[in-house]
Amino acid sequence: MITKKIYLYFPKSETEKPIVYRLVKEFDLIVNIFRAKVTPEEEGYLSLEVTGTEENIDRAFAFLGGFDVVIQAGNKSVRWDEGRCAQCGACVVHCPTGALSIVDRATRTIAFCEDNCVECLACVAACPFGACSSAF
Amino acid sequence: MIKTYAEINKKIESGKAVVLTAEEVIDYVDKRGLEAAAKEVDVVTTATFGPMCSSGCFLNFGHSTPKMRISEAWINDVSAYCGVAAVDVYMGATQLRHNDPANMYHPGEFRYGGGHVIEDLVAGKKLQLFGLSYGTDDYPRREIRTLFDIHDLNQAIMVNPRNCYQNYNVAINASDKRIYTYLGILKARMRNMTYCSAGQLSPLLNDPFYETIGVGTSIWLAGARGMVYAQGTQHSSLVERGDNGVPVEGSGTLALTANMKEMLPEFVRGTSFKGYGVSLALGVGIPIPILNPEILRRTTVRDREIIACVIDYSVDYPEKTGKILARYNYEQLRSGEVDLNGKKVPVTSLSSYNKALKICELLKAEIKAGSFLLSEPSQRLPLNQGMKPLNITGPVR
Repeated sequence: MITKKIYLYFPKSETEKPIVYRLVKEFDLIVNIFRAKVTPEEEGYLSLEVTGTEENIDRAFAFLGGFDVVIQAGNKSVRWDEGRCAQCGACVVHCPTGALSIVDRATRTIAFCEDNCVECLACVAACPFGACSSAF
Repeated sequence: MIKTYAEINKKIESGKAVVLTAEEVIDYVDKRGLEAAAKEVDVVTTATFGPMCSSGCFLNFGHSTPKMRISEAWINDVSAYCGVAAVDVYMGATQLRHNDPANMYHPGEFRYGGGHVIEDLVAGKKLQLFGLSYGTDDYPRREIRTLFDIHDLNQAIMVNPRNCYQNYNVAINASDKRIYTYLGILKARMRNMTYCSAGQLSPLLNDPFYETIGVGTSIWLAGARGMVYAQGTQHSSLVERGDNGVPVEGSGTLALTANMKEMLPEFVRGTSFKGYGVSLALGVGIPIPILNPEILRRTTVRDREIIACVIDYSVDYPEKTGKILARYNYEQLRSGEVDLNGKKVPVTSLSSYNKALKICELLKAEIKAGSFLLSEPSQRLPLNQGMKPLNITGPVR
């Protein structure tokens, strides 16, 4: 069993289709949704984690490819722009999982560990420099 | 042993000056001893990078055809002050964008404002000027809408009435609900603290009695060669100080200016404080000439020797009660966690030590390369000056 993080974008044509249901039912995947925003007749965003056999995950990705859905594997919908980050550390206390942390005490260097991020968006509000942003 | 500015500048020009950062000088003096080190070291570089309200810039647009005496202006929808001259305006860092809902839906986001306009200017981006006028015989144009960037301007001069606060409060929130301040988001019931100082790197903490930093001092302002043009607003030197002379609260301040056309975008950054407003984060580097051992000794100040006071921003700060909840040194604060009444409280900074360190190094490199000379201040900053409150005295009939 492996776990993959994916971030999907649904254009207007695909928002009415029960895609997550079929990922569970047909490919036997365990689905953990971080965040979703689907507006019928408009568009949708879905950020989730899928766990299953490698073969099933590959088949599920092929199935998703049959739709007009944009798949970004591993790329979460929360972004930390290293260039915009001023390394102040204001975010660190607001990040509940330690995804944003001080990795070098001497120079106070901040880093973002995507794997630990649960997309709570606390950093987006806390960062004065606009270094943290959400795709939706 | 006394060195003069002229002697130090001569060494800088010949590429032989010994320059250390405010961090490096601590260990150096420990190893070499104060007297020996004072003979060897010529300059110590100090720096800070953090949000600095009371910043802004004067812009001169040049004249359109026909000419216009601009009486109201917006740059990227952010209002600029026009009561200066026909095509001179002042853009302030904390000005909100036109139609920003501010805190109408609390807490507001304040995504764009004066600080961001200044950032975009320095980054060379195209901005929109919209201006209105009532029209005069010599300046008949009444409306203007055009795109411009910093290269199109005759002058873009940053003029900051108050920067480089010598020490500052540590903020906490003792109330039952989350508050939003210029020192960031403070969780309810004292579950976090924030501070904003570069500590042992900070210019005025390395020269607590303003012996070398004064009106006329050459500075590094976001990469441009600038200067201290006056005491900063709210400069208040008559405050409580530690045994080492270092203030334990906000005290001295500097008014700074430099040419924005020479600035580096990395060190000029608009900031948005949720629920509070917009501001501008700036990088400032100030060289301290080692004229005598006493000046050197003051530059060896360490984080653990600089004390800051914790103030409750839910009540004591707005109501000016003067109550101090606790005192910590910057080594404790920088560790990321302090003990308050037996409880561990996480601490974060709004000031970037990382960028301040980088500025110390950049300024050091410029001085070592002989391209940055020091200047002797023409006036000292006031030493025994307090700060007046604003008393509300009622309407005048």
